[in-house]
Amino acid sequence: MLLRHTTDKIVERHALTVNPAKTCQPIGAMYASLGIRGCIPHSHGSQGCYAYHRSTLTRHYKEPVIAATSSFTEGSSVFGGQANLIQAIDNLFTIYSPEVIAVHTTCLSETIGDDIPQIVKKAEAEGKIPKGKYIIHTNTPSYVGSHVTGFSNMTKSMVDYLSQGNGHKEKCINIIPGFVEPSDMEEIKRITSELGIKSIVFPDTSNVLNGPMTGKYKMFPKGGVTVEDLKKTGCSIGTLALGRLASGAAARALDTKCKVPCELLDLPIGLEATDTFIDTLRQVAGVHVPDSINIERGQLLDIICDMHQYFYGKKVGLVGDPDQLISLSKFLISIDMWPVHIVTGTPGKKFEKRIREITKDSPYKVNVKQSGDMFLFHQWIKNEPVDLLIGNTYVKYIARDEDIPFVRFGFPILDRVGHSFFPTVGYRGGMRLLEKILDALLDRKDRDSSETEFELVM
Amino acid sequence: MTAIHILKEREKQIYEKGSQPFDLTCDKHSIAGSISQRACVFCGSRVVLYPIADALHLVHGPIGCAAYTWDIRGALSSGPQLHRFSFSTDLKEKDVIFGGEKKLYQALNTLIDTYSPKAAFVYATCIVGIIGDDVDSICKKMSKEKGIPVLPVHSEGFKGTKKDGYKAACEALFKLVGQGSINHDSETSKFRINILGEFNIGGEAWIIKNYYEKIGVQVVSVMTGDSRIDDIKSAHEASLNVVQCSGSMTTLAKMMKEKYDIPFIRVSYFGIEDVSKALYDVSAHFKDNPQILENTKKLVSSEIQNIYPELQKIKKALFGKKAAIYVGGAFKAFSLIKALRLIGMDVVLVGSQTGDQDDYKMLKELCDDGTVIVDDANPLELSKYIVEKKADLVIGGVKERPIAYKMGIGFCDHNHERKIPLAGFIGMLNFAKEVYATVMSPVWKFAPRHL
Repeated sequence: MLLRHTTDKIVERHALTVNPAKTCQPIGAMYASLGIRGCIPHSHGSQGCYAYHRSTLTRHYKEPVIAATSSFTEGSSVFGGQANLIQAIDNLFTIYSPEVIAVHTTCLSETIGDDIPQIVKKAEAEGKIPKGKYIIHTNTPSYVGSHVTGFSNMTKSMVDYLSQGNGHKEKCINIIPGFVEPSDMEEIKRITSELGIKSIVFPDTSNVLNGPMTGKYKMFPKGGVTVEDLKKTGCSIGTLALGRLASGAAARALDTKCKVPCELLDLPIGLEATDTFIDTLRQVAGVHVPDSINIERGQLLDIICDMHQYFYGKKVGLVGDPDQLISLSKFLISIDMWPVHIVTGTPGKKFEKRIREITKDSPYKVNVKQSGDMFLFHQWIKNEPVDLLIGNTYVKYIARDEDIPFVRFGFPILDRVGHSFFPTVGYRGGMRLLEKILDALLDRKDRDSSETEFELVM
Repeated sequence: MTAIHILKEREKQIYEKGSQPFDLTCDKHSIAGSISQRACVFCGSRVVLYPIADALHLVHGPIGCAAYTWDIRGALSSGPQLHRFSFSTDLKEKDVIFGGEKKLYQALNTLIDTYSPKAAFVYATCIVGIIGDDVDSICKKMSKEKGIPVLPVHSEGFKGTKKDGYKAACEALFKLVGQGSINHDSETSKFRINILGEFNIGGEAWIIKNYYEKIGVQVVSVMTGDSRIDDIKSAHEASLNVVQCSGSMTTLAKMMKEKYDIPFIRVSYFGIEDVSKALYDVSAHFKDNPQILENTKKLVSSEIQNIYPELQKIKKALFGKKAAIYVGGAFKAFSLIKALRLIGMDVVLVGSQTGDQDDYKMLKELCDDGTVIVDDANPLELSKYIVEKKADLVIGGVKERPIAYKMGIGFCDHNHERKIPLAGFIGMLNFAKEVYATVMSPVWKFAPRHL
């Protein structure tokens, strides 16, 4: 038993995180940057950070992950990283010719106080930025927020640096998809085009981090939102931000900067949240929902009806990012499953409040914590066991130790494939999530049934 | 594939054997803006000390450093699993402003009381170096209060390369050595060694330890595969240090030579040739016991007999196929070249993240004409040479894997993510089988490949 050190006695801890349910800002910024076509994410700090971020993203997506680093030395930490960043900008544009360099800071460069815009200005003055190429930046100190915050910050920077309004509005909707998989971004694009809506999805990692096998190593895959489209976001008729924490800041910035009104929605995971997403799209764009989408909705509903007896009253433990957990909790409750332990590592008090609202009719006592860790989560489970666990790969330790069925969902998933190819957003995503949940529950039922109860038809 | 530029500053870090006089530059910082595959000081310390299973490993810094190193390395333990937990002080903005010392003290206090570890390692990360927490004094204080060694590991990321992290880890280990003693009452052999630089990835240390026991040599400690604090404390009672991962552990071997007069030898456990040599070199050290040499001869011959027929079959299939090697330490590359030759493959590219001048000179001696030798490469360089040299296989780590697969060629992990041991005789067979399976996989028949 790997986690036998975990006891059920819960002690309040302030100085210590055990088995984190989050990671740090720069990786989120790096992930968002990869969603711009022809972009090199650049980590302004020492080499280790970006090596870890690249390794983690590589393990999760099983794709080459490109990024550069300022390679801080002791000298740069004392005298500042200006020289490193200018050299990096020069090298990157000369050798790799990216369209954009997206710089994010690390705890190191943040603390010594490097002023990125000033450094970039200097690089520009020295002629190190070729015409038509861009440098954007965001501040991502690792001791603030989490990977979700980093994603949010870099997405907002796309707006701050690139979005332009020209007074005219195009019949186009911006969609900020949130910290979701490339497959989810792809699905969001599919849904909007099914509705006949022109959209700009940003960031967009589809075809960057779930690309095909081509026989070639490409530094800049064909996916990603183009700089041209990012500029045009200022001329769209509206913005939908999916997931308040990951996408809200960029949407609001776009509203302020270019007067593009925005709606902040929950991530379209599950029936209700997808309904809201589709309905908002319909209203903002003034379109009708086509039959094809209604059919998908009906199919999702069909699965829920057919199998609802297996969901009834099941208790679930959830670990993940706030935006995901909010929609997921609503989805589970809508099919009569009850989240009883909900932990996110990402700080933010609103999360707890929102979950309390969502679970207010729960027949069970609900434990919820922001800035929590998986050790606490495990202790809760020891005190109040659940029927199903949903979370990232690290939850597998708990699933094994406590012998609880487990569905992988969230970031990172290091030991399975599928997440980057099959979405969990939209009605189809809901169908896939349900399939996974049912598989886990029914496999367990098959395994545990006695000889006499073992059934062919379920 | 279009031609790519090589960064001007990097030209001297790439050498093609036979084409020019050998003049390879290494041991320098990666240039800013290069897409180096290297990591940092913290990474170096963490990988070396991580497999000590009955110690507490506390990362003092913001969450990332702990999160990214949480159980990523398959260093197996035969007992305690404390090393697989992820403990962090998870520094927040307030701590960065006001200092994290109090938090560190509290965290250590809680953890030591809860888990009663045999020792504790405190990893100081970048930010701790910048805000100037006095980690040493807190460790000292804690050590006194709790009665166990609490060792600071100065692994501030910006202080150098991964190699400097190895050094910091060795310094921490050296503080433990000499504090204990092995049980002299029992009938133990006086032919005692330490195994250095073996991390028990996929159970490799178990294989090696078993060989030594079979030839009559006692292993006092393995640093740090499946390691225990008490063993490390007694390491000074060995009469020989056998260093495998020289990049990481030569520092400790040298310190032990100086203080305890324990000589050391460099060995490798990869490939028939090198593992045999490792056993023979150890038996030569104990030449006053001819039985050890006899046992070694017997062991080597029977182990080779066990695997040779199957290796020959594999060699036939793989003959003439080409391999590209990009690994962390250069010493590992020597063995890989020999092991690949043994199964009929040619090495067309070999590189490392941390090799030094001597390593690269040796690599040059070992390689055939036309082989590219590269220090601190980036993905574009790697992919360029893989295409140019028509490689059929890449041997590397996590970041190289998807590059190989995208290009439609086989891959063998020789770093973090091993599940099957490659060390020892059985490891050679495992390696051959793995290379065979990936190079000969039917998937490549369906996959496009632009060579």
